[in-house]
Amino acid sequence: MTAATTTETKSKPKRTPKPYANAILAGVLLGLVLFLVYFFTGDGLGASGGANRIAIWLAKIVAPAWVNSTPYLIKYGGGVKNPLDSFIVMLDIGVLLGGFLSAWYFGRFNIETIKGPQVKVSFRWLMAFLGGTLAGFGARMARGCTSGQGLNGAATLSVGSWAFLLAFFAGGYLLAYFVKKLWF
Amino acid sequence: MAPFDPVEILGKPLGYLVFVLFGMGFGVTLEIAGFGLAHKLVGQFYFKDQTVFKTMFTSVLVAMVLIFLTSGLGWLDYDRIFVPPTYFWPGVLGGLLLGFGIILGGYCPGTSMVSSASGHLDGIFFVAGVMAGGLLFGNVVDGFWEFYNSSFMGRFTLPEWLGLPTGVVVFGAVVMGILLIWGSDAIEKAWKRREGILTQEEVKKDRKILSVVSLMLIVGALAVMLIGQPSLADAWNRNTEKQTLLAEGKAFVPAEEMTQAIYDPLINPILLDVRNERDFNLYHLEGARRVDMEQIPDMIEDLVNEPDGTVVFVMSNDETAAIEAWKMLVAKNTVNAYVLKGGINGWIEEFGADKFVPVENHPDDTLAWIIPEARGAKWPSAIPEQPHEKKPYEIIKLQKKAPTGAGGCG
Repeated sequence: MTAATTTETKSKPKRTPKPYANAILAGVLLGLVLFLVYFFTGDGLGASGGANRIAIWLAKIVAPAWVNSTPYLIKYGGGVKNPLDSFIVMLDIGVLLGGFLSAWYFGRFNIETIKGPQVKVSFRWLMAFLGGTLAGFGARMARGCTSGQGLNGAATLSVGSWAFLLAFFAGGYLLAYFVKKLWF
Repeated sequence: MAPFDPVEILGKPLGYLVFVLFGMGFGVTLEIAGFGLAHKLVGQFYFKDQTVFKTMFTSVLVAMVLIFLTSGLGWLDYDRIFVPPTYFWPGVLGGLLLGFGIILGGYCPGTSMVSSASGHLDGIFFVAGVMAGGLLFGNVVDGFWEFYNSSFMGRFTLPEWLGLPTGVVVFGAVVMGILLIWGSDAIEKAWKRREGILTQEEVKKDRKILSVVSLMLIVGALAVMLIGQPSLADAWNRNTEKQTLLAEGKAFVPAEEMTQAIYDPLINPILLDVRNERDFNLYHLEGARRVDMEQIPDMIEDLVNEPDGTVVFVMSNDETAAIEAWKMLVAKNTVNAYVLKGGINGWIEEFGADKFVPVENHPDDTLAWIIPEARGAKWPSAIPEQPHEKKPYEIIKLQKKAPTGAGGCG
């Protein structure tokens, strides 16, 4: 964490958090996981697909009629289809579990809000939700997020995925200048 | 040969557990890289912390080299792993939106989950947004359905686009990727120096790790280039299962059984005739498609995309050319194909011998009958007659499509 970062802490961490791994070594590990999942299952990694299915599952509880009358949603959870019945949901459950175990083991689990020093917590939450909405919408549009489209497709040499990744970085760099106050 | 289908092999609870375990591996690596922390991610776009680029591209290169190395060695079937299909413009627009999302919200979908799991409330709000955005998309996609499905190019890979061998593309990607990783590391070091948080120790350690990993990647990519990717002939030579089928004569379907399959509503029959144009014009079976031998490898992808229950029948005058075509079709276990036993000559012998005069001692795989006119499928015997009774198939086995990964879009 840099000097510019502040966090709103609600509970003090019990231990000193351990530093993060070297970026390159973490990349080698991530590459091994990606390779192994491809080798043993033929499927790549993914995150947004599972989140989408969980959302449809929730929507089905609240508004089943809407899910059953929206073509795009029917594909995942129409009628007797269970939106959670997919390997991609299992991957996400694993991501949450793995993320939690790792954060806890290295003393980094902490109830807090990560934000820049110039913004209020409530505004940070609003922007996180807004950014998430754009990302969720974009991930459906691109048929995969940074993992499902980016990592998988780049490693397997898909033309569309390389174009997607270029656009992803371009989008970030394009907007970064205008929203610097959010972060630093 | 890998890949496997864990759910098919282990059943639902256990097969799904495999994916939970892989997900855990994914979650742990994202967490130890620091991707649960928004500043580590957005730093990328302010020329500060470059972990996003360094970790992401290292992982892409490592996985790429290993995938094409194992594929080259014949351990992994690249044709059956998930390659995200290209929908060019929807992909580019989606990528832009994800780029906006990360700079406004601090995460992408996967990292926001790790952030939530680390107790970060902003991560939880981001995940809620991802879910809302997905539902919103589902609600409005009908309005731009055409765009959403536009610029579709299927499973389109960089080697196909560039017209270069896969090994060369992998080597090029590794060399360029390594240069970019070193470059972004230099950007990060410059920032840390400005902030006064760069230690000499870190510089030394990072340089060592970067050097070792770069070297290993280059060696791996060189190996990929030298080994190359398996040709259909390589795949055939390794396919002992299909070699046995051929040796035991179980690759050959008698005319009667093929006829029954053609009329079977559960079967989608495809008749491929690999003879030359002259012979084909003289006489061919109703519904048969003539293809040149060289076209067969390119047809495989289309045949793989045919529905379950598709059965391909290959035929030549006798059997020699049909067997060669069949070997290519089945080499990778992706196409359910059989050779017409006895070929067209055998067919005529069975159904149309009264119309034609036989050729004395015909050379192998040439027409054994004198066909007076080029009437194609207009000869009465060229239209297979529907059999009166249905017998169990002895040679033909209906196959489910070979599993191909569904990937991260599901």
